[in-house]
Amino acid sequence: MTYQHLTQEVMALTMRWVRRLSREKFSMLFTLIQPMLFWLIFFGNLFQRATDAQALQAPNYMSFLAAGVVVMTVLNNGLAGGVDLLFDKENGFLERLMSTPIHRTSVILSRYLFVTCITSLQILVILAVAFLFGVTPITGLLGIAVILLIGMLFGIGLTAISMAMAFSVKSHGDFFSVLGFLSLPMIFLSSALVPLSVMPGWMHMIAFLNPMTWVIEAVRPLIITGWAAALPQVATATIILLIFDALCLYGGSKAFQRAIG
Amino acid sequence: MNSVIAIEATSLGKTYGHVTAIQDISLTVHKGEIFGMLGPNGAGKSTTLRILITILPPTSGTATILGHDTVKEAEHVRSLIGYVPQERAIDRFLTGREHLLLLGDLYHLPKAEAKQRINQLLQLVDLEEHADRPAKTYSGGMKRKLDIACGLLPNPEILFLDEPTLGLDVQSRLRIWAYVRQLKEQGITIVMTTNYLEEAEQLCDRLVIIDEGQIRALGSPNELKTALGGDSLSLTLKQVGEHDFQHMSNELESFACIRHIQTTANGLDIRVDSPEKALPTILDVANKVNCRIEGIEYHRPRLDDVFIAHTGHAIKGGVPDEVTE
Repeated sequence: MTYQHLTQEVMALTMRWVRRLSREKFSMLFTLIQPMLFWLIFFGNLFQRATDAQALQAPNYMSFLAAGVVVMTVLNNGLAGGVDLLFDKENGFLERLMSTPIHRTSVILSRYLFVTCITSLQILVILAVAFLFGVTPITGLLGIAVILLIGMLFGIGLTAISMAMAFSVKSHGDFFSVLGFLSLPMIFLSSALVPLSVMPGWMHMIAFLNPMTWVIEAVRPLIITGWAAALPQVATATIILLIFDALCLYGGSKAFQRAIG
Repeated sequence: MNSVIAIEATSLGKTYGHVTAIQDISLTVHKGEIFGMLGPNGAGKSTTLRILITILPPTSGTATILGHDTVKEAEHVRSLIGYVPQERAIDRFLTGREHLLLLGDLYHLPKAEAKQRINQLLQLVDLEEHADRPAKTYSGGMKRKLDIACGLLPNPEILFLDEPTLGLDVQSRLRIWAYVRQLKEQGITIVMTTNYLEEAEQLCDRLVIIDEGQIRALGSPNELKTALGGDSLSLTLKQVGEHDFQHMSNELESFACIRHIQTTANGLDIRVDSPEKALPTILDVANKVNCRIEGIEYHRPRLDDVFIAHTGHAIKGGVPDEVTE
């Protein structure tokens, strides 16, 4: 296995995902203007006057929520990232791919690459919409770049969970059930919608253990507070994400080996 | 028969928990032949095939493809073989050409070579006109042709076909058979699974009958039929007394030219080595015991008979035209 071979495989497989998306014009449109945007627009405006700026530690709710919506996008895309491989598994396409002399991880890498690109685009759209509502990331373009990088780092573990699920479940019905079960609690039991300080004690505890909270706590100061407050949070989040990714990759590779051999 | 060995499987077994999918499968495939695995759905044909193409590790036993172990040298084996999966292994959003281009990259073909080869293959399977349409617009037969083109893209020494004509109409099936014969002429070794007796009989040089995860018989269609023991004569007799059939059967049993006799509802089924020699004897005996023969039917053993003889049940063909034949 040479480096050129690996690149050739990963590029070809990634292009397949891109082609598929481009064939579905509607799907592409809805992917970019995805539901998370509505959280920002509707939730953000709806709760603007019902929230306490003092508790939020933010100029307004919209600016507080932006970080949450960015990370929710990473979460949902990551967790759903494996579903296309599940369809491939179900219709035999995966088997065809596996019968070719490719490196086994090329398939997974291509999927991660694709999901990451889409997620990054969506984050930019979300930040652009937030900008229209008067939220300007205080740390500027560099801050946005850091937000994207944090998203990518979080995405590795999430995509791994998703792939592990895709390779372990019996049908895509099961997959979507688990997905629905995982995604909303992850959002509510994090600081995406409200600060940890206003949560009831038990929720606060769980949210504290939720890696998503740590990611949001790193992204939020990059948008509303500034570098000084953000850097320690970014460092903490990076360490937590490295551990999270390692665990997820380990579990994912086990599931992959069991399914593919 | 060409005697260079292409595939050698020794005591392959695969279990899932307590369920045994296949057990003690040993077979040898020679270079340049069409080798069939015949059996009903769930018999273990596809499991065996998946082990041979390296995507499923066996629980026990070993297999080599052109001398390379399917587990230890899996990646090398994959570069020698082409695989046509059972069904619908097609991305409906990609065009036919894009499928082939994707696989070209996965087999690490240089772009220029891939393009040229893809054009040849599209021509071979008559898909040139439709090459740039998304596969979702393809008919079942066209998808199958694309499948086969995909399997041939790496220019494999051995091509594996899993149920190549499952669910196809008669014309498409004949078309696929013609391709397979054409490939054999080019020297490609072909291993295919099927649950159609007719397909096995028409195409395969040699075959194994697999049932309940085990090999029940191995040989050429002719060998298998001959091994059953001769041709069949079915007599329809006019019944006079109560024990006529049995009487005649008893009389016949002593003759050397008769191999086996079975009484049926309206006569006798007699298995003979040579009908020319046996027929006069049978007529003599019928006269002697005063049995009136109303009809004689003669047929050579069919693969159906072989299958029933080795598995104890008839194969359950899935399509209507099997039933009417």
